Order: sequence, then structure tokens, then C-alpha cells
Amino acid sequence: MDKITFTIDGQKITADKGMTILEAALENGIYIPHLCYHPDLEPVGVCRLCMVEIEQRGLFTSCNTPAEPEIAVRTETPEIEKVRRVTAELLIVNHPFDCLICEKNTNCELQKIAHFIGIDEEHINKMRKPERILPIDTSNPFFIYDPNRCVLCGICVRTCRNTVSISTLDFMDRGYNSIVSTFGNKPILESRCVSCGECVARCPVGSLKPKETPIPSREIKTTCPYCGVGCGLILGSRGDKIVSSRGDIENPINKGQLCVKGRFGHEFINHPERLTTPLTKKDGLFVETSWDEALELIADKFSHYNGDQFVALSSAKCTNEENYIMQKFTRAVMGTNTIDHCARLCHAPSVAGLAQSFGSGAMTNSINEIQYTKSIFAIGTNTTSAHPVIAYKIKNAVKEGSKLIVANPKEIDLCEFADIFLQHRPGTDVALLMGIMKVIVDENLYDRDFINKRCENFTDFKSSLDNFTLDFVERITGVHRDKIIQAAVTYATHKPGMLFYAMGITQHTHGTDNVLATSNIALLTGNIGKPSTGVNPLRGQNNVQGACDLGALPNVYPGYQKVDVPAIKQKFEKAWNCTLSEEPGLTHTEIFDSILEGKIKVLYQMGENPVISEANASHVIKAIEQLEFFVAQDIFLTETARYADVVLPASSFAEKDGTFTNTERRVQRVRKAIEPLGESKPDWQITCEIAKRMGKEGFDFTHPVQIMDEIASLTPSYGGISYERLEYHDLQWPCPNDTHMGTPILHSESFATASGKGKFMPLTYKPSFELPDDDYPLILTTDRSLYHFHTATMTRKGGLVKLRDRELVEINPQDAEELGLTNAQLVKVISRRGVVKSQIKITDVSQKGVISMTFHFAESPTNLLTNDAIDPVAKIPETKVCAVRIEKV
Amino acid sequence: MRKAIKEIKVGLGTCGISAGGELIFEEIKNELEKQGANVKVKETGCMGMCYMEVLVEVSINGESYLYCKVTPDKVKKIIDMHIIHNKPIDEWIIKNKGKILKEETFFKKQKKIVLKNCGAIDPGSIDEYIACDGYKAIKKVLESYSKDEVIDIILESGLRGRGGAGFPTGLKWKYISRSKRNKKYIICNADEGDPGAFMDRSILEGDPHSVLEGMMIAAYAIEADEAYIYVRAEYPKAVHRLTTAIRQCQERGYIGNGIFRSDKNFKVTIKEGAGAFVCGEETALIASVEGKRGIPRIRPPFPAQKGIMGKPTNINNVETYANVPWIILNGPDAFASMGTEKSKGTKVFALAGKVVRSGLAEVPMGITINEIVFDIGGGIKDGRKFKAVQMGGPSGGCIPASLGDLKIDYDELVKTGAIMGSGGLIVLDDTTCMVDMAKYFLTFTQNESCGKCTFCRIGTKRMLEMLKKITSGEGQEKDLRLLEDLAYKVKDNSLCGLGQTAPNPVITTLKYFRDEYMAHIKEKRCPAHSCPALMTYRINPENCVGCSLCLKNCPVNAISGNSKEIHTIDREACIKCGLCYDVCKFGSVEKV
Repeated sequence: MDKITFTIDGQKITADKGMTILEAALENGIYIPHLCYHPDLEPVGVCRLCMVEIEQRGLFTSCNTPAEPEIAVRTETPEIEKVRRVTAELLIVNHPFDCLICEKNTNCELQKIAHFIGIDEEHINKMRKPERILPIDTSNPFFIYDPNRCVLCGICVRTCRNTVSISTLDFMDRGYNSIVSTFGNKPILESRCVSCGECVARCPVGSLKPKETPIPSREIKTTCPYCGVGCGLILGSRGDKIVSSRGDIENPINKGQLCVKGRFGHEFINHPERLTTPLTKKDGLFVETSWDEALELIADKFSHYNGDQFVALSSAKCTNEENYIMQKFTRAVMGTNTIDHCARLCHAPSVAGLAQSFGSGAMTNSINEIQYTKSIFAIGTNTTSAHPVIAYKIKNAVKEGSKLIVANPKEIDLCEFADIFLQHRPGTDVALLMGIMKVIVDENLYDRDFINKRCENFTDFKSSLDNFTLDFVERITGVHRDKIIQAAVTYATHKPGMLFYAMGITQHTHGTDNVLATSNIALLTGNIGKPSTGVNPLRGQNNVQGACDLGALPNVYPGYQKVDVPAIKQKFEKAWNCTLSEEPGLTHTEIFDSILEGKIKVLYQMGENPVISEANASHVIKAIEQLEFFVAQDIFLTETARYADVVLPASSFAEKDGTFTNTERRVQRVRKAIEPLGESKPDWQITCEIAKRMGKEGFDFTHPVQIMDEIASLTPSYGGISYERLEYHDLQWPCPNDTHMGTPILHSESFATASGKGKFMPLTYKPSFELPDDDYPLILTTDRSLYHFHTATMTRKGGLVKLRDRELVEINPQDAEELGLTNAQLVKVISRRGVVKSQIKITDVSQKGVISMTFHFAESPTNLLTNDAIDPVAKIPETKVCAVRIEKV
Repeated sequence: MRKAIKEIKVGLGTCGISAGGELIFEEIKNELEKQGANVKVKETGCMGMCYMEVLVEVSINGESYLYCKVTPDKVKKIIDMHIIHNKPIDEWIIKNKGKILKEETFFKKQKKIVLKNCGAIDPGSIDEYIACDGYKAIKKVLESYSKDEVIDIILESGLRGRGGAGFPTGLKWKYISRSKRNKKYIICNADEGDPGAFMDRSILEGDPHSVLEGMMIAAYAIEADEAYIYVRAEYPKAVHRLTTAIRQCQERGYIGNGIFRSDKNFKVTIKEGAGAFVCGEETALIASVEGKRGIPRIRPPFPAQKGIMGKPTNINNVETYANVPWIILNGPDAFASMGTEKSKGTKVFALAGKVVRSGLAEVPMGITINEIVFDIGGGIKDGRKFKAVQMGGPSGGCIPASLGDLKIDYDELVKTGAIMGSGGLIVLDDTTCMVDMAKYFLTFTQNESCGKCTFCRIGTKRMLEMLKKITSGEGQEKDLRLLEDLAYKVKDNSLCGLGQTAPNPVITTLKYFRDEYMAHIKEKRCPAHSCPALMTYRINPENCVGCSLCLKNCPVNAISGNSKEIHTIDREACIKCGLCYDVCKFGSVEKV
């Protein structure tokens, strides 16, 4: 970057070209009082405090005046001093004087300015007016808005509008009566606010402030435990409690930004319902027991079963090290490959599908490339709810000129920003994408050069497009042909283009085909292997990528090394000093059938809640009840853990060291902020204890750092990952050795397939397994709420409940009218597999004939309804489409 | 004998309407129908003599007679005498066949460029505009000038922005024309918000096509194809006229694609403002056009660089555009021959306040304030003493009578502390308290401040509070120092023009009428007897005749006295409403 030099108060300053005077000054450690400036936001120059003099030109606000070469800037002259004083005084006289009882005390920008300038008491008193007492808004569960303390710098307004693109806040009224307000000056809770707290984090005074604000006695950098974005978090603690959390501005992904869950959703950590002692079931009731007794019991029981009778369910919420230990335990101690985790229920088709077409099943590109892309195709992802920080970036890219195509059965919030919205029927993604691709081919908009050089199987694929005429696609998907053409032309002509997808693509009986359709379109347009392109499956859990990477899957060892390849098996046998099975294990969905068949008798489950999360949940409950021995290891007594024989108290992410791998394959540190609660222990430690008590070697770890070293030695893609390197490098796998700097973009030279070429896959349209009929006339699809996470074990423990406290069946107004339903009415939703009671929400977000539910609320367990028919390749159940009917209660 | 062509025009600008013009219009039509006379009745705009409304022009075979202050009673007589019997009623006529019979000085010192059609043509008729050389300039431009030539003509003419700041129009156009961006916009700022100003309204109501033509020429010069007119929603008549004018242009292919059969496109959208004064500030105006909250932003970037949707945008006000066709047709030299060295052409002023002839006057630059006030304005009402003029509305300042020989010129006016402004000129007499006047304007700007920047939001509020203290007799000398200090800080450091000019009324009154402030503070006296807290009413026993009119009108029964005897006012009970002062026919009630 070009540098310029100029002087501030005679001192020579070097700054990047394009920097403002204020930025240059602050970067060089020179303080110029300012209030409305924030480094993340465009300057507006409204507080008028940052006045400087440019010699021979006069006074300027430094926040928006570019530094120019050779100018001489003065920050202290009698004139500046006077202006600054008047400005500061005007602000101060309008501000309460009760600093000592303000939460922002010692951390307030206005205080800092007053202190810097030195305030004349007599002057202040002369100008001081009786305070206007405006009502304080305490409606939000997490923060307070006190307009009396507001200095109208507008940082919150700009943050809401430009950073998170929600625009809840704006100025209201004029002149002296101006205040920051929501639309219609309604309480924040009733506004469109998404409670991300970005404004709260940036408020320079005590106007927007968190409700609970104990000052932490220490802070530690870690990684957010919610979704797969992997935001950097700074947890503050005091004694044995987590008291604060804030975004880590040094984190390359979120750069300090967070969503509501990341910022405020940490009440679960110190929640009284946390498990703190081991529990064993005696006569149907749990009794507290000692670790010794519990572990002895488990070691003894486990020793009595062979591998075929054992299954482990690992956890995408746990660290890489813990997943590694879990799969090592399953394979090396129990002698079976039957280990799986919830990735089976979310992104199994991504792993299976992308492995076929690209040779590697992960997000091909990186989050920060979004800002440079020219088109974004978001299909089957409710990004604002499920991956909020990525949604911020998508919206900002759109504002910078990128095109946005949203394909979703629901008119999700992201549609507000979309150039094209394709509201297709659930389960018709292959038809939609193939239809779009046919237009791209017919219109000659495909990337011939890329296809010739880097792809194979194009001819076969091309002929499979023949069936997808616009007539056919329009009929199947319900999307007007003009929109299909528009989407095709837009995506094919605005390059580079990134495609994002999530559960809307994968959770189908043809989920793998859906994924292949996304890889086809990326290959067809040459949108792969280059910056700001790619096929980007957004991973749902904080460490679902890592749990897959570390082999918590029935067919692969860590690093996707196949269990049925003898050389690989030998490698692990040697390293682990044991004999291993070469037979792939059963998948998540197959496990419960096997239990019911009486084959599997023992379940060791770490941090999962299948009773709520698995499709056709009653089937799961039936199976679990039939187990001979069930060990559940968790932080709470979940709906599933209640069925266990032994419950082991695990430590939360805040109480242990480790690593998470985010959706873009970035390995990030998790750091211990407080000691484990009660007698709880980190999962890795518990599993190692069991193994040791079973007399096995290879589990003598005293710290996760040792586990990571073992991982690196056996997992080529993690070969260069170590805690030491993670301290000062951002590493995305593949990172094969300790000089490698990671791989932000996959497939840039060649694909990871056998031939090194990207493989086009011919596809046919397959309808969803269960379609509506006379008895079950509606389609039920599943969705997520921004305010809760999966089975809500962590999110229903505090203020988030106030933002969303119950299941709401989202139903189209026409359907509601036909059924004679009114808003918030309690109904029964009935499928062939179960009945669930819930209130309804009438909204045209849902298309006619399609209702949607989350699965966050155990009182309305949506998965009692969903269909467990599975994708033949990826074995994922079809949780996105099943037939239901609604009855009044 | 050939049948005489008879036509009647009624002044239906807002001034005409408020004087009852619409009623007159109907009366005339009814009366003509009754008489069975075949006479065309038309509307026209304001011709400037608002104080003489309703104005009715009768023309017979092209000879026109201008009747003033027409009432329904007069209508019958005019029609009967003049139309039917061809006998003009001279006593009601101001102008007879071009000869000025009355109010000669009102016309004599004016020079009409912008207002040449106002009050003369039917603004609802594009044909009448065309008949007065309308759309000749744009055709000339399209046929024979390059865009650079147009800009050169405007540059040479010396035309400066009539919105107030006086930036050279040609220079602005030149800057934008150089931009290589493929999309540019034109904006006409018709958000006339100054209290007492109605120049733009009258132009839009009286001659909307001239503004559209000026905009077309500007669009050609800077290569813009899309325009917005930002006009106050409180100007329904102007909006109506513009809408009609645009539709007429569209019908004739003057607006739309391929205008005047050229390869140029020109699209015009009217954007009605919701009444925020600050939206007259160009960046706030653009934000409002874009559908955002109308608040100013920091410049640079200037609209010429980044305007609507981030595209280069030329903003001029109504009067500026209305000058353009004349300059094109008459040449830059004709325009530049009028005025002073740096201020060329004419300026339209809205004369209001304590002047005899309130109305609209277009004068050549360089005319003096005294000429405007006395020759055109006819001097001060009720024979009172001329004290000052407030120029440029709330953003402007006052100029005392002692500077009455000052020439109207952008730069000369700035030297006094006032500004040219958009043309609001309020005449003040010796009954006006200057502190109160400053307070009035500051109240206005404080209410209209957008609240964005500290100085304008809080600074003006504090200034206003000090003025209130002073006018209520609670002021101290140190308040004055604080007030003055704050005034200069607000002026120098506010973000936009509104804040930067808001203190001008305070600063100029402090400059020219400091003694009045001091009288309020030190002597607790309002020299103009205007501030209620610092004055009282009394009845002069020498000329009270005891008619009891004041007593009957007093709302609080503070006046006592028997009929035919001298009355007295109970000062304790008096609420200083001034009703007694207004009703007394003998001048016995006095302000002290």
C-alpha cells in the first residue's frame, strides 16, 4: 500500500494513502478527541470534536479529512482548544452527571474527552439546563437503551444500518428533540431489532448498555460455541463465573462482530441446571455418584460387549481433540467403526457429494472472500438465522454491488436484499438448478475453457440436462420461467460468483443429488478454484467440520482416510498399537434400526440429543429404551440423557482447552476461561479415563496439546496444525506441514479426485419420498430461529427465551383461512409418524401448501413428525419434506 | 364591423387565490354568462403586486387594462362598463394599454427576465409559453451548440446560483460535465422554506415551463438524462402547475426519449418534500430524494461528485434555471451588462414586512436597498421609521437603514454579515425589536435543525435560551458574551449550511443593534416596546375620550373607567395582549 508522510504537531507521520487525519493520528498514538468516529464505520463528522488545523487552510474535522502528503496538521492551537471546549461543553451540559452510577464509568468516551480537555465548572453550570427525563427502554432482555445519556453520535444508527444491515435504529424528531429511536419509537423488543448487540458494543457512552455488566477480572480469547462461522470471542470471567463476552476484533472472520447468541447466549455456562456430578440410574431414578464408581461401572460394562454391540455418538459441539479421542476409543478400544455424529443429519451429502465431484467435501472457499464476489447464489440457507455473521457479509457484499440470488421455499429475511428470489417448492432443488444450468448451456454462457481444461464427464452431464426444459422445471418447482432465466444469466455473467447452501440442500432423500447439482453449476460457470467463487456448504455446528475431519464417522479415520483401505488401517494399527476393524461402521440413521434389531446393545453418547434432533424421533426413543447400557456424557440432562443408565457431567467450551474447525476449514483455539463447573470434566478426559480403566494404552494425555500433536502426526490435512502455530497463524486445512500456511481456497490447481479433474455428474429429478396427499395435504419443512440453537439445550437457559419462547408453525394466510385458523391458535400437526401441538403464526413468508417449524422446542418436538426415509448414499433423513395435516385442538 | 377579441385574465397565483381570486374567477364567468358575452377567461400567475391582488386584466383586441383589488362587487361593473360598453373604469386601473397609471415606481426600477411571463401568460398553457419564445432556447441549443458551448455561454453570462450562496452556475456545470460517469442527474431545488420568501413559488406557479426549459439546457450541458424537482408539498399550486407542464411536454415530445427529435432523453420526476427546512440543503435534499431521512452529510464529496445514488448531480434552484433560457436567447453579454462587477443579471426579491407594497420584484443587481424599500416598496407602512431589512431569511442577517445605499451584490452583502439568500427581504420598522427578531429566526432554525451535529443541535438551543432570558429581562452582560461566543462557534463549526448560517440574525443584530440588547439587559427596557416582559400599556389621559372601546375589548377586564371619562389600565391584571392598543381610534393607548 502506498504510504504518505505529513506532520502532526511537527512530528513526522507516515500513513497509508487514503487514511484520514484522525486515523493516521490514532494509529501513530496521537489522541484527538472524537465521539462519532468508529473505525468500522464511514465518518460523518457530526460531533465536531475532532477539529484540527491544517496550516494555511484552516480548521477541519479530522475524521473525514484525508491526510495529504506534506500537510502540516496542528491538534493544539488556541482556536482549536476553544472550539473543542465549546463542543465538549455543549455535549456535557446535555448529559447526566451521575458518572459513578453509570455502567460506562471509566470506559466512557465523553468522560475521556472531558478529562482530556479539563472542564470549567462555572461555564458548565451556566449552560446547564434541567434534564429532560426520557423513558428508558428496558424491553430487550440483554440491553438497555437510555436516551438521556445519548450524545447522538449516530454510531448505533450507522452500525445497525451499515454493519449488520438491519436498520432498526434511526434518528427521530428534529433539532434539540432529536433522539435515536426505533420505527415509531416502539420498545426495542417490538421492533425489528435482532439483538445482535453490535450497537451496544460500539456505544461510546452509557446510552446503549448491557443489562448485566460486571467488569471481568480476566479475559480470554476463545471461539464461539454456536454455529460453524467460528467467530472469535473474548470471554470475561470473575471467580468461577463467565460474566461477559465480546467479539474479538483481531479474529479474521468476525473482526469483533457477533450475533445475538454469540454475544449474549452464554448464560448456560454457569446455569444452575448444569450437570456437576456423575449420575447413575437406580430403580429408574438418577442418584449422584462418585466419578470412581461411575467410571468403574462403565469400564466394566463396556468390557463385556464386543465391537458389533457397541456404538458411539460423538459430538459436533466438542473439540477436535475430543472427537479424535472418541473415535480412537471406539476403534482402538471397542474395535468397531460404528461411530457417527450429527453431521449425518446435516452435511453428510456435502461430504459424499462433493467428494465425488471435487474429491473433498468441505467449503471450497473462505468467508472473507464474500466481500469481493460479484454474485452470490444462496440456496437452501436461511443465513440470517443460522449463520448471522456470514449474512452480515453477504448483505454488505450486495451493498457493494454483488448480485444476490436467493432460492428458498420460504421468503427468508435475506430476500430483502436479493436481486432475484426463487421460491421453489421444497424438495425440487435438482430441477431448479438443472433448469438454470440448461439455460446457461442453451444461452452459451458456460465457461468452455474451464470445462475443457479442468473438468470431465461434461458430455454425459450435458445430455442429462435435456429433460429439464423450462416447461418441466416451471411445473415442478413452481418458479416462473422468467426468474429461472434471470437467475441463470445473472449467475453466469457476474463472476466471480459464490454459491452457499445449507440444510435446504442436504436434508433430502436426494440430498447428495442436490449437492452434486451445486457442484455442477460451479463447474459449469468456472466458479471454482478461484478467489470469491466456490461451492460453500455452511456448516451448522461450531465444530461439525472438525468432528468430520477427525474421523467421528463410520467409514473414515481422521482426515477422511478410509477404514477399508488396508494401508491406512495398518498405519493406524501401528500408531495406536492395536488391531482395527476394516469394516465400515453403521451410520447415525442406521444405528437405531440396528438397536431395534437387537444387534447393538450399548450406546456411548457425547453431547448429542437425538430424541429431539433425529427424524421420526419416536423411532429413536423406542430404540434407546431397548438398549442394555447407555452412557450419556453432556453438560445438561438433555431429553435424551434422561434415558441413560449413567450420565457423566462434561465441561462446557468455556472450561477447557482445545480447537474447533469452522465451516471454512479454519482451525481455531478454544481456551479455558474458568475451571470446570462442580465435578464436571472435559470430554476428552472422561473418555481417556474410561479407556485407561479398561486397561488400554494410548490415552495418557494430560493436555489437549498432546492430542493435537498425535492428530497432526496421523492426519495429513492437519499435519501442520499445532497449538504453537495457532497462536500466531490463521490456518485452514489442508495444512500438511509446519511450514505450510494453510489453504483458503481448495482446488485452485487441481481437484482432489483420482483424475485431478472436477467431475460433472448427470442428474435426474427425484421427488421427495413423502408428498402431500388427501390425508396429509401440506408439506412440512424445517427451519431455524435466530434466537435458538438446534435442540436449544444451550439457548433456552436465559434471555434468549424472551426473544422466542415457543414453537410457531409458520403457515400461509390462504392455508390458514382454508383451515379456519387464526393467528397464535393452538393446533395439532399430524404426520404418519406422530402428532405435535403448537401455536401457529400466519405469515406469507411461507408459500401456500408449505408450513414450517423449527425443532428448538421439546414441548413441540417437530421431529416426531419428520420422515426418516434416507438418502441412499449419504444416509441423511429427509427432515426438510414430509406430508402433514393440521387440525384444530 | 369585425368582432372584437376580448379576453380576461385573473391572477391566480397563491397571492391571488388568498385574496379571493378563485371567487372572482367564478364571478366573472357567471357574469359573462349572464350577459351572454363571448369572452375567454384565463388564469395567470403572480405579476408581483401581491398587495394589489386580486388583479384582473381585461384585453380587447390586444389592448390590455389591469384592474387591481378587484372584489365581487367590482366584477359586475367592470363587465358591464368595460366589456359590454367598452368604457374602462380608470379609477381602478393600474395599467392602461401599457401605460402605467398608478404605482409607477413599483414597475420602473424592475427589470424582468425570470418573471417576464409571470402574470402575463396562462401558466397552464404550453402554447402561450411557446408564443413568448418558449422552448426556443432549448431548440437552439440542441441544433447549434455543443455542450461546452452552452457551458461557456453560462460562464460568460456570470450567472450565479440564485439559491443563496451564489456559486457560479457555469462552473458547477463545467465540473460535472467533465465527469466521465455514465449516469448523471439534474435536480431543481424548489424547497423554498424561508419564512416570508415566495419567489420560487411564484415562478413555478406563473411560468413553470421556463424552469423546465432551463433544466433541459442544463441536462444537455452536463449530459444528464434524468431530473428531479424537489418541491414543497405545501405548494400545491406549484406542484399542480409543474405536473401539468411536464405532461404537456411529454405529449409534445419535449420530455421523454428523443426530446425535440434529437437523440437526447430527458425524464423529470417531481419529488414532494414534507416540509423540512433542512431539505433545502443540497445533501439533505438528495438524501430525501433517495427516500432517506433528509439530513445533510459532510461535503466533500459534493453532489457534483456524488449525488443521487452516488452519481454526479447538478443542483440549481428554480430561479437559476429560469434565467437560463433568457441567457441562451439573448446572449451572455446582454445578461452580463446588468448588475455589478461580480453579480450579474437580475434578482427576484420577495418584499414583505412593514413595507407598503409587499410583493415580488425583479431588480437588476446593483440596485440599492433604499431603492427597493422606498421606490419599489413604497416606503414604510403607516409612515413609521425604516429600521432595517432582514435579508436571506433565517440564514441571513439584518442590514440597518444606515446602510440603505448598499448595492445588491453577493459579495457586498456578505460583508455586512447578511447574505443574498434566495431573495426573502423583510422590511422592519421602529416597532420591531431586534432581539426579538433574532429570537424569532433562531426559534425557526432551532426547530428546523436536523439534530445531527452538536453545534446546531445543542448550540442553537443554548443561544435561544439566552435570547429568551434577555427578552424576558433576565439577561446579564455575561450572557451576551456567552451568546456572542457561541454564535461564532456555531457559525464556524457546524456541519452544514443550516447550522453555519443559523447564528447570522444574532450576529448581525449584535453588530448593528447592540444597544438594543444592552437596553434589555441593563435598563430592562425594550426600545421598540415589543417584548411583553419589558413593556406595558397605558392610556394617555390627554387624548382619551372615554369611548370604552378598549374596556369592552379587554379580555381580562383590566381596564376601568366610566363612559366619557378617562380610562385606566390595571397593570397587574393586564396580560399585554395589545387588543386595547389595536382598537383605540384616538391613539390614546400607548406602549411604554
